Amino acid sequence: MEFAIKASGFSAIFFVFAIFFFVFSTASEFIFEKMDFVEFLTSPEWYPTSLSNKRYGTLALLAGTVSVTGLAMLIAVPLGLGSALFISEFTSGVVKEGLKITIELLAAIPSVVWGFIGLAVMNPLIIEVFDAPIGLNVLNGGIILGLMSVPIMTTIAEDALKAVPDSYREASLALGATRWQTAHKVLFPAARSGLLAAVLLGVGRAIGETMAVLMATGHAVQIPGSPLDSVRTLTATIAAELGETAAGSDHYQALFAVGVLLFLLTFGVNLAADLIVRGRSAR
Amino acid sequence: MVSASPMIEVENLSVNYAGKPALDQLTLDVRRNEILAVIGPANSGKTTLLNCINRMIETIPSASVSGTVKVDGHNVAEYRDPSLLRRRIGMVFPLPVGLPMTVYENVTFAPRMAGEKDRTVLDETVQRCLKQSALWDEVKDRLDDLGTRLSGGQQQRLTIARALSLNPEILCLDEFSIAVDPVTTMKIEEVLKELNENMTIVVVTNLVLQAKRLAHRTALLLRGKLVEVGDNEVIFSRQTADARTFQYVQGLFG
Repeated sequence: MEFAIKASGFSAIFFVFAIFFFVFSTASEFIFEKMDFVEFLTSPEWYPTSLSNKRYGTLALLAGTVSVTGLAMLIAVPLGLGSALFISEFTSGVVKEGLKITIELLAAIPSVVWGFIGLAVMNPLIIEVFDAPIGLNVLNGGIILGLMSVPIMTTIAEDALKAVPDSYREASLALGATRWQTAHKVLFPAARSGLLAAVLLGVGRAIGETMAVLMATGHAVQIPGSPLDSVRTLTATIAAELGETAAGSDHYQALFAVGVLLFLLTFGVNLAADLIVRGRSAR
Repeated sequence: MVSASPMIEVENLSVNYAGKPALDQLTLDVRRNEILAVIGPANSGKTTLLNCINRMIETIPSASVSGTVKVDGHNVAEYRDPSLLRRRIGMVFPLPVGLPMTVYENVTFAPRMAGEKDRTVLDETVQRCLKQSALWDEVKDRLDDLGTRLSGGQQQRLTIARALSLNPEILCLDEFSIAVDPVTTMKIEEVLKELNENMTIVVVTNLVLQAKRLAHRTALLLRGKLVEVGDNEVIFSRQTADARTFQYVQGLFG
């Protein structure tokens, strides 16, 4: 029995390394022998299926991921931290429990369903409101992705606020600070690292999300000039193209190289979040 | 100078926590510029009484309150913003709570939250309060250290300095010596006697001898009810009005 739980504990490490090894080894021939590093990271031209002019530049895809994630965070950070603050400090009893359960339910909605919302609801709405030629773009993907990132942010941020000792609240209120001042001047600084971790985990969630952005962002490989431009993200590119390539071909390996890039991005964000949380508990 | 009306008037105050009574029809006055000690065994409602005076009781969702508390003649329930009431009443808790900020920021927290921005005023406040709480000499070179870096006894005096920062008319202390060594306790008691010249002070304490040393009058609470309140000469004599007071003070039960 002890062995069994030990094995399940260590299996997480095994899987992380196994997956990274698989992705990296599949991509390694391309990365080290065929790929032009400068082109891969700085060229916006992604023409993997062109007959005469194959190009494997990921800059446009990266710009797609960054723009959609950035817009998503503009929506998710105020909404997620705001709802965490409200749940933790400004409500209690049935309302509090009801909100917590509902927000956790929000996290359980499958991403393909969010994609439906992007296609069927947001798309016509954006065309109507902004008079745009097409509603599948950065704005659409950003909103969908932002709403998808809210639950994880709210949950982690609420935990962080809950971890602030009640004595801080009492001391601050008894000194004549209002509840808002207490939240702003005492609780936020005290929970700072936990709140930052919440935001970074939300970012990690947004960067890695595939299906919803594939459906909502319009599938155009370009560096967006405005939120109404269509884009394609790193994840959407892999999902859309991998099934169409021959295993072992350059294109196939290039998509795994994109996977390595994505892995490094999310790994970096999650590691940062983890180090921040650990830094807090060590202090 | 001493006005006739009491500083704090508590009338028929009852408090329940989720149906469990904590205070039962309590009526008690605190006179201007006196030190009133409130003694009694655990769960007798002493802390609840303090929480009703500055309306911190509202932050406990399960508490229901009836009766009135008047501060300086005004019903505390009539303050639309409880912050305005709390700025008139300094409160010191049993365990020192350094807010997660520097010594300077701790002492200036209340004035800053009340809107004071003038640096020279804040500087003066820090000096005045830390001197009043007998802490200035020990921390004058450490104002930018985190408040939580100070020793336990220093932190408790820091919370007293903080409670004085808005020049309150009333200072309430809830078992302030619980986490403090005897020497610091005596230091704080001296501080309180000096402050008492222009401040009304309520001290909740488990130490009967502290009440005897420090207060002008002492009130004994038992299971949420007032047993007796009177001048210390009476309370700590054989002529108490209620036999239980004599027994409690002599340590015969409790």
